Amino acid sequence: MLEILQNYASLFLIGAYPHGPLGGLAMTLTLSVLGLTLSFPIAIMLGLAHLSSFGWVRVTALWWTRVIRGIPLLLIIFWAYFCVPLIVGAEVSGFTTVVCAIVVYESAFLAQVVRAGLEGLPKGQSEAARSMGLTWMQSMRFVLLPQALVNMIPSIVNQFVSTIKATSLAYVIGVPELTYSAAQVNTMTLTKPLETYLVLAGFYFVLCFSISRVAGLLEQRIASKSRGMA
Amino acid sequence: MFDLSFLLEDGYIRLFWNGVLTTLQLFAVSGLLALVIGVTLVIMRSSGLKIFKAIVVGFVEYHRNVPILVQILIWYFGMPQVLPEALKIWINSGNTEFIFAAIALAMNSAAFISEDIRSGLRAIPRTQEEAACSIGLNFLQRYRYVILPQAIKVATPSLLNQTLILFKNSSLAMAIGVHELLFQTKQIDNATFRTFDVFLVATILYLIGTISLMLVADRVSKQKIQKA
Repeated sequence: MLEILQNYASLFLIGAYPHGPLGGLAMTLTLSVLGLTLSFPIAIMLGLAHLSSFGWVRVTALWWTRVIRGIPLLLIIFWAYFCVPLIVGAEVSGFTTVVCAIVVYESAFLAQVVRAGLEGLPKGQSEAARSMGLTWMQSMRFVLLPQALVNMIPSIVNQFVSTIKATSLAYVIGVPELTYSAAQVNTMTLTKPLETYLVLAGFYFVLCFSISRVAGLLEQRIASKSRGMA
Repeated sequence: MFDLSFLLEDGYIRLFWNGVLTTLQLFAVSGLLALVIGVTLVIMRSSGLKIFKAIVVGFVEYHRNVPILVQILIWYFGMPQVLPEALKIWINSGNTEFIFAAIALAMNSAAFISEDIRSGLRAIPRTQEEAACSIGLNFLQRYRYVILPQAIKVATPSLLNQTLILFKNSSLAMAIGVHELLFQTKQIDNATFRTFDVFLVATILYLIGTISLMLVADRVSKQKIQKA
């Protein structure tokens, strides 16, 4: 196993020559960070739509989330693979396809985090904001969302872990991220699939485990702070 | 825009049907296996033996922090390397891809199921265990007749959610060539080039399964709130 790491560490970390400078772990991280960042604004809008006082907005948001949660990510990637080029009207790289699919998929899950965060606030907060004469937009922007965001931080960090795991599916359409790099190593060594894939699992494990630990620490911190306030 | 008439030609509807059947088989086999392994993990963890606890924690953390696709790849490509020869021949004589995909999915699901049941266990008052102990039940009997039935009831909503995730994850088996629904969808797409129609059918088929699961889960958790 060490031998594989020694010989192929650079392939695991940055990928192989024909795919350019980005690949392996670098590509996995780029995809995840980009995916989460882009899905966040959409998630906020979706989350607000879930709590809207207009019935049809609520129902549309509810069914949109249900549909996205209801189909496998792989199927969403295939849809993006065929739909995005049609919308853009030009050829689209695998990278863009995967980012689009992840944004659609993760934003539906993040929307629930946003909704739960807003619902968790005491009702008095929104009433107080309205009684000061703030409009709905202003009270969301200056009072409710900032408070909810603080409570949401641990869930967002956890969502980052699930985004990292989701990017592994990019392998199926040939985007050279970590899993794809491991498959390449596997083809090169031929006789050591178990070691190669265990090294791959090790990479993901260290990455995701440490990030979810951070989420746990943040959660404790926020919980103790809010206890201090009460 | 959408024209589904191609379904009637050349037996494509049959291919879809085979895909649905394989997906359901994979779902059922791995789901049952996952429940058995999951419950075993919970009992191991509650037994109080340190070594058991360490094993279960390691098992859960591995499955939680490694993408399920990688887990499937490890089972399919890696495991044959360490399996004894006889077992390898036996597996290869059957449907190798299906077996490994089912094992990988079951292991993954079991880790999450065990965590769900464990949080259900925490909701059961300690006195239940003491009461069961005082009427003379041993450790396994206590869990089997008194504690687990109650804990599983508490954990039902999150278990249903795990079922939903397992159903969706079964699509990843296509990566190692199991002929499930998504695999067949790709095949039909390659043969007919009717991309949108083909994927629309697949999406609807998946949604029938998952949305009905979601509605059941919603209903169960609502009943719970009313009872409480």
